[in-house]
Amino acid sequence: MTPESVNADNAIRRAIPLFDGGLATRGYALNAMCFSFNEKANRDAFLADEEGYCARFHLTPEQRKAVADRNVLAMLDAGGNVYYLAKLAGIFGLGVQDLGALQTGMSVDEFKAMLLTWADKIPHQENA
Amino acid sequence: MMANIIGGYFTSHVPGIGGAMVRGDQETPYWKPFFDGYPPISKWLAEAKPDVAVVFSNDHGLNFFLDKMPTFAVGAAPSYDNADEGWGLPVYKSFTGHPALSWHLIDSLVRDEFDITTCQQMLVDHAISIPFELVYPGVETWPVKLIPIAINTVQYPLPSPKRCLALGRAVHRALQSWGGDERILVCGTGGLSHQLDGPRAGFMNPDYDTFCLDNLAANPDALTGHTAEQVAELAGTQGVEILNWIAARGAMGDIPLTQVSRNYHIPISNTAAASLLLEPA
Repeated sequence: MTPESVNADNAIRRAIPLFDGGLATRGYALNAMCFSFNEKANRDAFLADEEGYCARFHLTPEQRKAVADRNVLAMLDAGGNVYYLAKLAGIFGLGVQDLGALQTGMSVDEFKAMLLTWADKIPHQENA
Repeated sequence: MMANIIGGYFTSHVPGIGGAMVRGDQETPYWKPFFDGYPPISKWLAEAKPDVAVVFSNDHGLNFFLDKMPTFAVGAAPSYDNADEGWGLPVYKSFTGHPALSWHLIDSLVRDEFDITTCQQMLVDHAISIPFELVYPGVETWPVKLIPIAINTVQYPLPSPKRCLALGRAVHRALQSWGGDERILVCGTGGLSHQLDGPRAGFMNPDYDTFCLDNLAANPDALTGHTAEQVAELAGTQGVEILNWIAARGAMGDIPLTQVSRNYHIPISNTAAASLLLEPA
Protein backbone atom coordinates (compact mmCIF):
# COMPACT_ATOMS: atom_id res chain seq x y z
CA MET A 1 0.00 0.00 0.00
CA THR A 2 1.51 3.29 -1.14
CA PRO A 3 0.22 6.86 -0.83
CA GLU A 4 -0.56 6.65 -4.55
CA SER A 5 -2.65 3.48 -4.20
CA VAL A 6 -4.54 4.99 -1.24
CA ASN A 7 -5.27 8.09 -3.32
CA ALA A 8 -6.44 5.92 -6.20
CA ASP A 9 -8.80 3.96 -3.93
CA ASN A 10 -10.12 7.18 -2.39
CA ALA A 11 -10.74 8.54 -5.89
CA ILE A 12 -12.84 5.44 -6.67
CA ARG A 13 -14.75 5.92 -3.40
CA ARG A 14 -15.68 9.46 -4.41
CA ALA A 15 -16.40 8.65 -8.04
CA ILE A 16 -18.87 5.75 -7.63
CA PRO A 17 -19.46 6.78 -4.70
CA LEU A 18 -18.79 4.08 -2.11
CA PHE A 19 -20.29 4.00 1.37
CA ASP A 20 -17.34 4.82 3.61
CA GLY A 21 -16.91 6.55 6.96
CA GLY A 22 -17.92 9.93 5.59
CA LEU A 23 -21.21 8.73 4.14
CA ALA A 24 -21.83 6.39 7.08
CA THR A 25 -21.48 9.34 9.45
CA ARG A 26 -23.71 11.59 7.36
CA GLY A 27 -26.35 8.90 6.92
CA TYR A 28 -26.49 7.40 10.39
CA ALA A 29 -29.96 8.67 11.38
CA LEU A 30 -31.57 7.74 8.06
CA ASN A 31 -29.99 4.29 8.05
CA ALA A 32 -31.02 3.75 11.69
CA MET A 33 -34.61 4.49 10.77
CA CYS A 34 -34.45 2.12 7.80
CA PHE A 35 -32.87 -0.61 9.98
CA SER A 36 -35.90 -0.33 12.28
CA PHE A 37 -38.12 -1.36 9.35
CA ASN A 38 -37.06 -4.98 9.84
CA GLU A 39 -40.03 -5.02 12.25
CA LYS A 40 -43.54 -4.85 10.89
CA ALA A 41 -44.78 -2.77 13.82
CA ASN A 42 -42.25 -0.10 12.87
CA ARG A 43 -43.22 -0.19 9.19
CA ASP A 44 -46.82 0.27 10.24
CA ALA A 45 -45.89 3.13 12.57
CA PHE A 46 -44.07 4.89 9.72
CA LEU A 47 -47.10 4.53 7.45
CA ALA A 48 -49.44 5.78 10.18
CA ASP A 49 -47.37 8.88 10.99
CA GLU A 50 -44.41 9.44 8.65
CA GLU A 51 -43.55 12.87 10.07
CA GLY A 52 -43.58 11.68 13.67
CA TYR A 53 -41.63 8.51 12.85
CA CYS A 54 -38.89 10.44 11.03
CA ALA A 55 -38.70 12.89 13.94
CA ARG A 56 -38.14 10.01 16.38
CA PHE A 57 -34.97 9.13 14.47
CA HIS A 58 -33.80 12.75 14.21
CA LEU A 59 -33.45 12.74 10.45
CA THR A 60 -31.56 15.74 9.13
CA PRO A 61 -33.64 18.22 7.09
CA GLU A 62 -31.86 16.92 3.96
CA GLN A 63 -32.78 13.32 4.84
CA ARG A 64 -36.37 14.23 5.74
CA LYS A 65 -36.85 16.00 2.41
CA ALA A 66 -35.33 13.10 0.45
CA VAL A 67 -37.70 10.67 2.16
CA ALA A 68 -40.72 12.95 1.71
CA ASP A 69 -39.85 13.38 -1.99
CA ARG A 70 -39.20 9.60 -2.38
CA ASN A 71 -35.94 10.74 -4.03
CA VAL A 72 -33.53 7.81 -3.94
CA LEU A 73 -30.50 9.68 -5.27
CA ALA A 74 -31.04 12.37 -2.63
CA MET A 75 -31.31 9.68 0.06
CA LEU A 76 -27.97 8.24 -1.10
CA ASP A 77 -26.45 11.72 -1.12
CA ALA A 78 -27.70 12.19 2.43
CA GLY A 79 -25.75 9.09 3.46
CA GLY A 80 -28.38 6.41 2.96
CA ASN A 81 -27.03 2.95 2.24
CA VAL A 82 -28.94 0.87 -0.25
CA TYR A 83 -29.00 -2.25 1.95
CA TYR A 84 -31.01 -0.25 4.51
CA LEU A 85 -32.90 1.96 2.05
CA ALA A 86 -34.27 -1.21 0.44
CA LYS A 87 -36.30 -1.75 3.62
CA LEU A 88 -37.87 1.71 3.22
CA ALA A 89 -38.54 0.95 -0.44
CA GLY A 90 -40.24 -2.28 0.64
CA ILE A 91 -42.80 -0.26 2.61
CA PHE A 92 -43.88 1.35 -0.66
CA GLY A 93 -43.82 -1.98 -2.48
CA LEU A 94 -40.81 -0.95 -4.56
CA GLY A 95 -38.22 -3.54 -5.60
CA VAL A 96 -34.66 -3.07 -6.81
CA GLN A 97 -35.78 -2.60 -10.42
CA ASP A 98 -38.13 0.19 -9.37
CA LEU A 99 -35.20 1.73 -7.48
CA GLY A 100 -33.00 1.33 -10.55
CA ALA A 101 -35.54 3.09 -12.71
CA LEU A 102 -35.92 5.93 -10.20
CA GLN A 103 -32.15 6.43 -10.05
CA THR A 104 -31.42 6.29 -13.77
CA GLY A 105 -34.43 8.24 -15.05
CA MET A 106 -35.64 5.26 -17.06
CA SER A 107 -39.08 3.72 -16.90
CA VAL A 108 -39.17 0.38 -15.10
CA ASP A 109 -39.67 -1.39 -18.44
CA GLU A 110 -36.72 0.46 -19.96
CA PHE A 111 -34.58 -0.42 -16.95
CA LYS A 112 -35.55 -4.11 -17.19
CA ALA A 113 -34.80 -4.09 -20.93
CA MET A 114 -31.39 -2.55 -20.20
CA LEU A 115 -30.64 -5.34 -17.69
CA LEU A 116 -31.36 -7.94 -20.39
CA THR A 117 -28.82 -6.41 -22.77
CA TRP A 118 -25.95 -7.35 -20.44
CA ALA A 119 -26.49 -10.97 -21.50
CA ASP A 120 -25.18 -10.04 -24.96
CA LYS A 121 -21.82 -9.23 -23.40
CA ILE A 122 -21.14 -12.67 -21.91
CA PRO A 123 -17.77 -13.73 -23.39
CA HIS A 124 -18.62 -17.43 -23.56
CA GLN A 125 -21.23 -19.68 -21.99
CA GLU A 126 -20.09 -22.62 -19.92
CA ASN A 127 -22.84 -24.66 -18.40
CA ALA A 128 -21.64 -27.86 -16.85
CA MET B 1 -10.27 -39.40 11.82
CA MET B 2 -9.88 -35.86 10.57
CA ALA B 3 -12.63 -33.52 9.49
CA ASN B 4 -13.09 -33.86 5.80
CA ILE B 5 -13.71 -30.94 3.43
CA ILE B 6 -15.82 -32.56 0.76
CA GLY B 7 -16.53 -29.62 -1.52
CA GLY B 8 -17.26 -25.98 -2.14
CA TYR B 9 -20.64 -24.57 -3.16
CA PHE B 10 -20.73 -21.03 -4.48
CA THR B 11 -23.92 -19.21 -5.44
CA SER B 12 -25.68 -15.91 -5.86
CA HIS B 13 -28.18 -15.08 -3.12
CA VAL B 14 -30.47 -12.51 -4.82
CA PRO B 15 -33.61 -11.97 -2.67
CA GLY B 16 -35.76 -12.22 -5.81
CA ILE B 17 -34.86 -15.93 -5.99
CA GLY B 18 -36.84 -16.40 -2.79
CA GLY B 19 -39.85 -14.65 -4.31
CA ALA B 20 -39.61 -16.80 -7.44
CA MET B 21 -39.59 -19.97 -5.29
CA VAL B 22 -42.66 -18.81 -3.35
CA ARG B 23 -44.49 -18.18 -6.64
CA GLY B 24 -43.26 -21.46 -8.17
CA ASP B 25 -41.61 -19.64 -11.10
CA GLN B 26 -38.70 -22.07 -11.47
CA GLU B 27 -39.80 -23.33 -14.90
CA THR B 28 -40.74 -19.96 -16.41
CA PRO B 29 -38.56 -18.67 -19.28
CA TYR B 30 -37.12 -15.87 -17.14
CA TRP B 31 -36.07 -18.10 -14.23
CA LYS B 32 -35.40 -21.54 -15.75
CA PRO B 33 -31.88 -20.84 -17.09
CA PHE B 34 -30.92 -19.78 -13.57
CA PHE B 35 -32.62 -22.59 -11.63
CA ASP B 36 -31.16 -25.16 -14.06
CA GLY B 37 -27.83 -24.64 -12.34
CA TYR B 38 -29.00 -26.26 -9.09
CA PRO B 39 -30.23 -29.84 -9.72
CA PRO B 40 -26.65 -31.06 -10.33
CA ILE B 41 -25.62 -29.48 -7.02
CA SER B 42 -28.62 -30.97 -5.17
CA LYS B 43 -27.81 -34.40 -6.60
CA TRP B 44 -24.16 -34.12 -5.60
CA LEU B 45 -25.12 -33.04 -2.07
CA ALA B 46 -27.59 -35.92 -1.73
CA GLU B 47 -24.71 -38.31 -2.39
CA ALA B 48 -21.95 -36.43 -0.59
CA LYS B 49 -24.08 -35.88 2.56
CA PRO B 50 -22.22 -33.04 4.28
CA ASP B 51 -22.79 -32.70 8.05
CA VAL B 52 -21.63 -29.12 8.49
CA ALA B 53 -21.61 -26.07 6.22
CA VAL B 54 -19.09 -23.29 6.81
CA VAL B 55 -20.69 -20.37 5.01
CA PHE B 56 -19.06 -17.08 4.08
CA SER B 57 -21.65 -14.39 3.39
CA ASN B 58 -22.52 -10.78 4.10
CA ASP B 59 -25.29 -9.45 6.29
CA HIS B 60 -27.79 -7.09 4.64
CA GLY B 61 -28.88 -5.12 7.68
CA LEU B 62 -30.67 -7.89 9.53
CA ASN B 63 -28.12 -8.85 12.18
CA PHE B 64 -25.57 -6.04 12.01
CA PHE B 65 -26.21 -2.32 11.95
CA LEU B 66 -23.71 0.50 11.51
CA ASP B 67 -23.44 0.96 15.29
CA LYS B 68 -21.14 -2.08 15.35
CA MET B 69 -19.84 -3.38 12.04
CA PRO B 70 -17.31 -6.21 12.27
CA THR B 71 -15.00 -6.81 9.33
CA PHE B 72 -15.07 -10.56 9.97
CA ALA B 73 -17.54 -12.22 12.36
CA VAL B 74 -17.78 -15.92 13.20
CA GLY B 75 -20.98 -17.43 14.56
CA ALA B 76 -20.71 -19.61 17.68
CA ALA B 77 -24.40 -20.05 18.38
CA PRO B 78 -26.33 -23.25 19.07
CA SER B 79 -28.87 -22.14 16.47
CA TYR B 80 -29.39 -19.38 13.93
CA ASP B 81 -32.78 -17.89 13.14
CA ASN B 82 -33.84 -15.97 10.07
CA ALA B 83 -36.24 -13.04 10.56
CA ASP B 84 -38.32 -10.49 8.69
CA GLU B 85 -35.96 -8.43 6.52
CA GLY B 86 -38.62 -5.86 5.74
CA TRP B 87 -39.28 -6.49 2.07
CA GLY B 88 -41.70 -9.39 2.01
CA LEU B 89 -39.57 -12.54 1.87
CA PRO B 90 -40.90 -15.50 3.85
CA VAL B 91 -39.14 -16.10 7.17
CA TYR B 92 -36.97 -19.13 6.51
CA LYS B 93 -36.36 -22.04 8.86
CA SER B 94 -33.62 -21.94 11.47
CA PHE B 95 -30.25 -23.65 11.27
CA THR B 96 -28.69 -25.75 14.01
CA GLY B 97 -25.20 -24.58 14.88
CA HIS B 98 -22.05 -26.45 15.90
CA PRO B 99 -20.63 -24.39 18.78
CA ALA B 100 -17.72 -26.75 19.49
CA LEU B 101 -16.43 -26.49 15.94
CA SER B 102 -17.18 -22.75 15.88
CA TRP B 103 -15.02 -22.21 18.96
CA HIS B 104 -12.29 -24.38 17.51
CA LEU B 105 -12.34 -22.17 14.39
CA ILE B 106 -12.33 -19.02 16.54
CA ASP B 107 -9.39 -20.24 18.66
CA SER B 108 -7.44 -21.25 15.60
CA LEU B 109 -8.18 -18.03 13.69
CA VAL B 110 -7.12 -15.75 16.52
CA ARG B 111 -3.97 -17.80 17.17
CA ASP B 112 -3.39 -17.38 13.44
CA GLU B 113 -3.67 -13.58 13.95
CA PHE B 114 -7.14 -13.07 12.47
CA ASP B 115 -8.78 -10.93 15.13
CA ILE B 116 -12.37 -11.79 14.34
CA THR B 117 -15.60 -10.90 16.15
CA THR B 118 -17.43 -13.77 17.83
CA CYS B 119 -21.22 -14.02 17.90
CA GLN B 120 -23.17 -16.26 20.29
CA GLN B 121 -26.33 -14.78 18.85
CA MET B 122 -26.65 -14.10 15.15
CA LEU B 123 -29.58 -13.78 12.81
CA VAL B 124 -28.89 -15.10 9.32
CA ASP B 125 -30.52 -13.46 6.33
CA HIS B 126 -31.40 -14.43 2.75
CA ALA B 127 -27.69 -14.62 1.95
CA ILE B 128 -27.62 -17.95 3.81
CA SER B 129 -31.23 -19.14 3.63
CA ILE B 130 -31.66 -18.83 -0.14
CA PRO B 131 -28.53 -20.80 -1.09
CA PHE B 132 -29.80 -23.73 1.00
CA GLU B 133 -33.40 -23.38 -0.22
CA LEU B 134 -31.97 -23.71 -3.73
CA VAL B 135 -30.17 -27.00 -3.13
CA TYR B 136 -32.37 -28.60 -0.46
CA PRO B 137 -35.81 -27.56 -1.73
CA GLY B 138 -38.74 -28.67 0.41
CA VAL B 139 -36.81 -30.25 3.30
CA GLU B 140 -38.41 -29.90 6.72
CA THR B 141 -35.15 -29.36 8.56
CA TRP B 142 -31.73 -28.50 7.15
CA PRO B 143 -29.57 -31.60 6.80
CA VAL B 144 -26.43 -29.58 7.65
CA LYS B 145 -25.32 -27.71 10.73
CA LEU B 146 -24.22 -24.16 10.13
CA ILE B 147 -21.12 -22.14 10.93
CA PRO B 148 -21.67 -18.66 9.48
CA ILE B 149 -18.75 -16.33 8.80
CA ALA B 150 -19.87 -12.80 7.96
CA ILE B 151 -17.68 -10.50 5.88
CA ASN B 152 -18.40 -6.76 5.84
CA THR B 153 -19.34 -5.77 2.30
CA VAL B 154 -21.49 -2.85 3.41
CA GLN B 155 -19.29 -0.12 4.88
CA TYR B 156 -15.82 0.80 3.60
CA PRO B 157 -13.09 0.05 4.37
CA LEU B 158 -13.86 -3.50 3.24
CA PRO B 159 -11.29 -6.24 3.68
CA SER B 160 -9.21 -6.71 0.55
CA PRO B 161 -9.63 -9.75 -1.70
CA LYS B 162 -6.14 -10.76 -0.59
CA ARG B 163 -7.13 -10.63 3.07
CA CYS B 164 -10.33 -12.59 2.40
CA LEU B 165 -8.39 -15.34 0.64
CA ALA B 166 -5.98 -15.42 3.59
CA LEU B 167 -8.91 -15.65 6.03
CA GLY B 168 -10.26 -18.58 4.05
CA ARG B 169 -6.89 -20.31 4.12
CA ALA B 170 -6.75 -19.81 7.89
CA VAL B 171 -10.20 -21.40 8.16
CA HIS B 172 -8.83 -24.31 6.14
CA ARG B 173 -5.95 -24.74 8.59
CA ALA B 174 -8.43 -24.64 11.46
CA LEU B 175 -10.62 -27.31 9.86
CA GLN B 176 -7.57 -29.51 9.29
CA SER B 177 -6.73 -29.45 13.00
CA TRP B 178 -10.28 -30.32 14.09
CA GLY B 179 -10.46 -33.82 15.53
CA GLY B 180 -14.02 -34.64 14.53
CA ASP B 181 -15.04 -36.75 11.57
CA GLU B 182 -17.68 -34.37 10.17
CA ARG B 183 -18.08 -34.04 6.43
CA ILE B 184 -17.70 -30.34 5.80
CA LEU B 185 -19.09 -28.26 2.95
CA VAL B 186 -17.64 -24.81 2.36
CA CYS B 187 -19.92 -22.15 0.87
CA GLY B 188 -19.48 -18.66 -0.50
CA THR B 189 -22.59 -16.67 -1.38
CA GLY B 190 -23.42 -13.45 -3.20
CA GLY B 191 -22.60 -11.73 -6.45
CA LEU B 192 -21.74 -11.88 -9.11
CA SER B 193 -21.56 -8.41 -10.69
CA HIS B 194 -24.38 -6.06 -9.78
CA GLN B 195 -25.02 -2.54 -8.61
CA LEU B 196 -28.24 -1.44 -6.93
CA ASP B 197 -27.43 2.16 -6.02
CA GLY B 198 -26.69 5.40 -7.79
CA PRO B 199 -26.69 6.54 -11.40
CA ARG B 200 -24.80 3.36 -12.39
CA ALA B 201 -27.63 1.13 -11.01
CA GLY B 202 -28.06 -1.89 -13.26
CA PHE B 203 -24.36 -2.18 -14.06
CA MET B 204 -22.94 -5.68 -14.61
CA ASN B 205 -19.59 -6.93 -15.89
CA PRO B 206 -19.67 -10.31 -17.67
CA ASP B 207 -15.94 -10.08 -18.49
CA TYR B 208 -14.95 -9.70 -14.84
CA ASP B 209 -17.41 -12.40 -13.73
CA THR B 210 -15.99 -14.79 -16.32
CA PHE B 211 -12.48 -13.98 -15.14
CA CYS B 212 -13.54 -14.86 -11.58
CA LEU B 213 -15.32 -18.08 -12.59
CA ASP B 214 -12.38 -19.15 -14.78
CA ASN B 215 -9.76 -18.58 -12.08
CA LEU B 216 -11.41 -19.29 -8.74
CA ALA B 217 -10.65 -23.02 -8.68
CA ALA B 218 -7.14 -23.24 -10.13
CA ASN B 219 -5.71 -19.80 -9.49
CA PRO B 220 -7.58 -17.96 -6.73
CA ASP B 221 -4.65 -15.63 -6.16
CA ALA B 222 -5.49 -14.10 -9.56
CA LEU B 223 -8.57 -12.59 -7.89
CA THR B 224 -6.49 -10.81 -5.26
CA GLY B 225 -4.77 -8.35 -7.60
CA HIS B 226 -7.43 -5.71 -6.97
CA THR B 227 -8.29 -3.60 -3.96
CA ALA B 228 -11.86 -3.77 -2.64
CA GLU B 229 -12.52 -0.39 -4.27
CA GLN B 230 -11.27 -1.70 -7.60
CA VAL B 231 -13.56 -4.72 -7.25
CA ALA B 232 -16.50 -2.34 -6.70
CA GLU B 233 -15.51 -0.47 -9.84
CA LEU B 234 -15.26 -3.74 -11.79
CA ALA B 235 -18.15 -5.73 -10.33
CA GLY B 236 -20.53 -3.00 -9.13
CA THR B 237 -21.12 -1.80 -5.60
CA GLN B 238 -22.80 -5.04 -4.52
CA GLY B 239 -20.59 -7.16 -6.79
CA VAL B 240 -18.02 -6.91 -4.00
CA GLU B 241 -19.85 -9.91 -2.53
CA ILE B 242 -17.33 -11.90 -4.58
CA LEU B 243 -15.21 -11.48 -1.42
CA ASN B 244 -17.34 -14.26 0.12
CA TRP B 245 -16.50 -16.57 -2.78
CA ILE B 246 -12.79 -15.76 -2.51
CA ALA B 247 -12.75 -16.54 1.22
CA ALA B 248 -14.68 -19.78 0.70
CA ARG B 249 -12.25 -20.82 -2.03
CA GLY B 250 -9.39 -20.27 0.43
CA ALA B 251 -11.13 -22.52 2.95
CA MET B 252 -11.03 -25.41 0.46
CA GLY B 253 -7.24 -25.39 0.69
CA ASP B 254 -4.53 -25.14 -1.94
CA ILE B 255 -5.27 -28.43 -3.60
CA PRO B 256 -6.32 -29.32 -7.14
CA LEU B 257 -10.08 -29.00 -7.56
CA THR B 258 -12.55 -30.39 -10.05
CA GLN B 259 -15.46 -28.31 -11.32
CA VAL B 260 -18.60 -30.40 -10.84
CA SER B 261 -21.07 -27.77 -11.98
CA ARG B 262 -21.05 -24.20 -13.25
CA ASN B 263 -23.84 -21.93 -14.39
CA TYR B 264 -23.87 -18.22 -15.26
CA HIS B 265 -26.98 -16.33 -16.25
CA ILE B 266 -27.95 -12.71 -16.88
CA PRO B 267 -30.10 -11.18 -15.51
CA ILE B 268 -31.69 -12.35 -12.30
CA SER B 269 -33.26 -9.25 -10.88
CA ASN B 270 -30.44 -6.67 -11.23
CA THR B 271 -27.74 -9.29 -10.97
CA ALA B 272 -25.44 -11.45 -13.05
CA ALA B 273 -26.17 -14.72 -11.26
CA ALA B 274 -23.96 -17.78 -10.94
CA SER B 275 -23.58 -21.10 -9.24
CA LEU B 276 -20.45 -23.22 -9.00
CA LEU B 277 -19.63 -26.51 -7.32
CA LEU B 278 -16.04 -27.60 -6.77
CA GLU B 279 -14.68 -30.76 -5.18
CA PRO B 280 -11.19 -32.00 -4.38
CA ALA B 281 -9.72 -33.66 -7.49
